[in-house]
Amino acid sequence: MIVPEYKILVDKELCINCRRCVFECSFGAHVYDEKKKKIVRLHEKCVGCFRCVATCPTKAIEIIRNPMLFDRHHTWKARYIRDIKIQANSGSVILTATGTDYDYPSIFDRLLIDACQVTNPPIDPLREPMETRVYIGRKPDVIDVDFNGEKVKLKTKIGPYIVAETPIMIAHMSYGALSLEAHKALAMAAKECGTYMGTGEGGLHKSLYPYADHIIVQVASGRFGVTEEYLKVGAAIEIKIGQGAKPGIGGHLPGSKVTKEISETRMIPEGTDALSPAPHHDIYSIEDLARLIAALKEATRYKKPVFVKIAAVHNVAAIAVGIANAGADAIVIDGLRGGTGATPQIMRDHVGIPIEFAIASVDRRLRQEKIRNQVSIIASGGIRCAADVVKAIALGADAVYIGTAALIALGCTVCKRCYTGKCAWGIATQDPRLRKRLNPEEGARRVANLIKAWTHEIKEVMGALGINSIESLRGNRDRLRAVGLTDAELRVLGVKVAGD
Amino acid sequence: MCGIAGIFNRYGKPIQGTEIIKMLNAMYNRYDGRGAGFAAYGIYPEYKEYYALHIYVENEESKESVEEYLKGCVDIIKDDKIPTRNVKEIPKKYITWKYFVKPPENIKNEEDYMIDVVMYINDYIDGAFVASSGKNMGVFKAVGYPWHVAKLFKIESYKAYCWLGHGRFPTNTPGWWGGAHPFNILNWSVVHNGEISSYGTNKRYVEMYGYKCRLLTDTEVVAYLFDLLYRKHKLPLELVCKILAPPFWKHIDKMPENERELYSALRVVYGAAMLNGPFAIIVSNGEFMVGLNDRIKLRPLVAARDEEHTYIASEEAAIKEIVSNPDYVYAPIAGEPVIAKLEKEVLVELLGVKK
Repeated sequence: MIVPEYKILVDKELCINCRRCVFECSFGAHVYDEKKKKIVRLHEKCVGCFRCVATCPTKAIEIIRNPMLFDRHHTWKARYIRDIKIQANSGSVILTATGTDYDYPSIFDRLLIDACQVTNPPIDPLREPMETRVYIGRKPDVIDVDFNGEKVKLKTKIGPYIVAETPIMIAHMSYGALSLEAHKALAMAAKECGTYMGTGEGGLHKSLYPYADHIIVQVASGRFGVTEEYLKVGAAIEIKIGQGAKPGIGGHLPGSKVTKEISETRMIPEGTDALSPAPHHDIYSIEDLARLIAALKEATRYKKPVFVKIAAVHNVAAIAVGIANAGADAIVIDGLRGGTGATPQIMRDHVGIPIEFAIASVDRRLRQEKIRNQVSIIASGGIRCAADVVKAIALGADAVYIGTAALIALGCTVCKRCYTGKCAWGIATQDPRLRKRLNPEEGARRVANLIKAWTHEIKEVMGALGINSIESLRGNRDRLRAVGLTDAELRVLGVKVAGD
Repeated sequence: MCGIAGIFNRYGKPIQGTEIIKMLNAMYNRYDGRGAGFAAYGIYPEYKEYYALHIYVENEESKESVEEYLKGCVDIIKDDKIPTRNVKEIPKKYITWKYFVKPPENIKNEEDYMIDVVMYINDYIDGAFVASSGKNMGVFKAVGYPWHVAKLFKIESYKAYCWLGHGRFPTNTPGWWGGAHPFNILNWSVVHNGEISSYGTNKRYVEMYGYKCRLLTDTEVVAYLFDLLYRKHKLPLELVCKILAPPFWKHIDKMPENERELYSALRVVYGAAMLNGPFAIIVSNGEFMVGLNDRIKLRPLVAARDEEHTYIASEEAAIKEIVSNPDYVYAPIAGEPVIAKLEKEVLVELLGVKK
């Protein structure tokens, strides 16, 4: 017996048998029994997405975690027993979505931010300018100028780079994994906030071209939707080597999700599986990566910065140096907690390292190699709040990507069933009936609200730190202190213990 | 809180040490007695082609280690004690010694070489630190009030065409002799009132270029930034100031295209060199003296000018103390540098600079 994860509780007095829940539930947990003329609840089908709770007109429904899923044994916790039963039935890899839900200690939660008192006045962000603009791309170490005693003329050509008005950018999530409505909402929000969204590896739907100056186009191992036009239309190009939720493996969009529009955008036949191989089959080494970077730059006439995204793995610092030397203008590091629409559970939960350590060690190594200036660092994977953004930047990142947080703003409830294509909120689905549930304008407003709110919070913290420009926070580990970390962890982070 | 002051004779004519003492004394309530110091330019004309190392050592043993090390890497042309007198308010903690040295002929870059020598002593020789290492100049500093430190080092007896002075009220780092200002590296001296909130960022930036921040004060990073940007990157002084205290984006966005391109480039490339947090600094390298505020002016700074001199101080009172009727007194706006330069002919004569 597989114990269901959730229980659906219905208040009989409130329920009016209107069958709205039957209509809303895309997972078949609420079913209408024609013979008995009543609604039956199939607890084992429930994924805990709360769509029924939110839409029930009489608020009669409550979803609870099944109390039977208690840990009756310390070693054989309920989750292991459940997984074993599922695999004994299926003989398969367990699929899941989002980032890991294992309770690895969060390093962000062990870091505390400084503030000014007396000797150094805090700055009020509502009254004084507070700058959060960031420049992502390659920068020279030195500027060369002509100076005749009066006039200064800039001789060095800088860039290419992209300018974001906030260090918060929206992570790459593909059209295909997401609905067109979700993709559009994210693109609109990015434009509204003066920041960027990533296309993910599924190409860019033609209807989103008006937002392309705020879109980073991705080139992944499947090369879906990559055309000259696609490369040129975006603000920047990102080569995806790996992602935090599934380092070292490829991707798989089931044929059932490959609708006509997706097939056109991805340039694959309708209804066929879209398989992204684990490696790029033209990148088996760092030299090969250098060639792809060069090819993409050549194709776009050196006008677009090229980013390279990798999962935070054990040797991330050395790999990052290689990527910088291969010509990348920015390195995206996706940490252990990075999300996804579909991944084998074992990859999500056991492979990679936390983003906090990865930022610290990459930043340190790039400095040791004296190339930190030449390349920007974008951190992603489990950025949950504005404080995480501040801490990531203080550890050494230039900017961050948010993925799951942006989806939560759109309506996602983190039910971890993106891979089923049945997202009841219209986000991770291609079902026309479900897609209609997401209004792109409303979604864009909510995502933009989130980014603006976090940016306000970042400004508040900067003000308290007495810093009025985000570049003075970048790598400023002196303004962080740690609680409950070991000496070795502090050494990697380059952060002192609280009180020191 | 700290008090800072500077006087600069643009024609290179000597100014008696009593003047800078008077300036600092006028701001007596800005100090708590945990550090003060003076930088004087033009005080060793007879040895002006040699690096004058002011080295403070705790005991004879450290002094021997310093000398043993120096003999291995430079020619010591002359050495002598830095004259002091007993001041009961300042316990004698260091032996203060000056060495006029010449680096070997065949080295690639004399200045970088000398920086390494200084860094080595600060890093590896116990009980010794280099207070200054420029040519024809020296730094005198200790833990105490400015008037006591002045007495200790007989500041009144020196004549310099440029003086920087500082009295300390430390709030973030311990009060020790090495932590007193001016902070110096080669010809650069810095006096600083404030706290550099971006210290961590700045420190890690200069460390990438081989500088080591070891003196437990955020001020040394300012000297390294000037050395890096002005000497190594060869940027004009005015631009260096605009890197340290850049205009806001909202102003840059409205500039004419050429300027916008330049100022954007400065911020994009040198963002990690920006000094954030409240500061007023006076910096000199002997060729010029520059006063600079943070970009929202969170520390006081007043400047004045007369026919030959430029004066900069935390308070107007300090300037009025020594010049009753200057031509022009003003409070420079946030981020706008006050720059006083030696006249070109004087430059050649005093420093041997070819131009």
